[in-house]
Amino acid sequence: MAKTDIIIHDEKDNVGVVVIEKITPEQDCSCWIMENDKTVNIQALNKIALGHKIAMIDLNEGDTILKYGHDIGKVVKPIKKGEHVHVHNVKTKKW
Amino acid sequence: MEIPKSFLGYKRENGRVGTRNHVVILPVDDISNACAEAVANNIKGTFAIPHAYGRLQFGADLELFFDTMIGTGKNPNVAAIIVIGIEPKWTKRIVDAIATTGKPVEGFSIEGAGDIKTTMKASQKAQEFSQWASEKQREECPLSDLWISVKCGESDTTSGMAANPAVGNLMDKLEPLGVHLCFGETSELTGAEKVCASRGATPEASKKFMKTWSDYNDFILKEATNDLSESQPTAGNIAGGLTTIEEKAFGNFQKIGSRKFIDVLTPAEEPKKGPGLYFMDTSSAAGECLTLQAAAGFNIHLFPTGQGNIIGNAIEPVVKLTGNPSTAANMKEHIDLDVSKILKREMNMDQAGDELIKTTIKAASGRLTCAEVLGHKEFIMTKLFRSA
Repeated sequence: MAKTDIIIHDEKDNVGVVVIEKITPEQDCSCWIMENDKTVNIQALNKIALGHKIAMIDLNEGDTILKYGHDIGKVVKPIKKGEHVHVHNVKTKKW
Repeated sequence: MEIPKSFLGYKRENGRVGTRNHVVILPVDDISNACAEAVANNIKGTFAIPHAYGRLQFGADLELFFDTMIGTGKNPNVAAIIVIGIEPKWTKRIVDAIATTGKPVEGFSIEGAGDIKTTMKASQKAQEFSQWASEKQREECPLSDLWISVKCGESDTTSGMAANPAVGNLMDKLEPLGVHLCFGETSELTGAEKVCASRGATPEASKKFMKTWSDYNDFILKEATNDLSESQPTAGNIAGGLTTIEEKAFGNFQKIGSRKFIDVLTPAEEPKKGPGLYFMDTSSAAGECLTLQAAAGFNIHLFPTGQGNIIGNAIEPVVKLTGNPSTAANMKEHIDLDVSKILKREMNMDQAGDELIKTTIKAASGRLTCAEVLGHKEFIMTKLFRSA
């Protein structure tokens, strides 16, 4: 089995989670989609640590982040495909 | 894997089964801690459960206090129990309620006698209980005697990917065998509340859940002085990659697998609708949540962690698992089961669930958990409002 760098829960998700110690800029990463067992690739733009998220597509302010196929918050600063997604560019819709 | 049919437990007078054989010295209130600890120090094979409350509480907060104290005493992991309070009345109320289980229980009050005489009298009884309990043997019991509570902590994104769904896999396999199951953490389901409500086994259960969640959320919003981004997710969660409460909630929710909950329990309420999954209204603070679940009668706890929560419980053994390879390596002494191979796709969820079942049965049959060996005996009362 090919080495997996990133796991995506659901086919609809626009973010994946890094599952190796870290990924580095320009690294070509292999992503496994759990739901349908497909593999896709993405090029990282930032250094991203284990457990942190990467954008699978370009995202604009106000867009919804999908993980587990569900709404987990809104984009507050534009994010490019391959960039780190976290508290600096995403916020809860709850409070 | 063929699921083992039994584990070795202690059969109690009321038909329940314990995974442990504790002899507890329970103080009713903060000022009785010293006496309870003195007794536990005198008599080997016993331990005290000191805590901070039990004075001048009233109304619903006092009722929850009694439910927690009584439930702790009734829990089948407790073989026998000494209750020590300053005043006779509240002490007797707790003793009488625990006595309905048929287990040995005796109360002592300090007022008018002082710590030293009370310690002597209580120690004599504690010696009797300790030696009596030491004769009890484990017997083969069906898995349906397991009451398993779950709660996750110091979660990160690996919790939602590996450790929590492993617990969910165990639930999917054990619920059909007649096991009682319980999850809680009302506030941490925020963001996933509608999806969670849809998992009620009946429209009543779903409605009850939504009402419980809304009440909790109203309370949080009323008390909040800033937005809750500082506390939910916690700094530990954020370090682990969790960005929002919604993300945390959907990860948390993986713990119940594809199960449906049959009822919604108030804090520390004993389930009465038979085997199956229950939701309990609890805080998401680990110490409080576990104390309430143990008081409801749950006899073993599964605790998935990401960044490495180290919680234990006074009477309920806590089995810890992680999907985070760094936590598994750096905090090895706290982790009963490492499922981080899921992230490397060297272990699938079915295998992780099987491993967790094996680990759970071993712990239920007497193997000490990491938290027990390291001396974690957290007992944290949930306080609803300030005392009079």
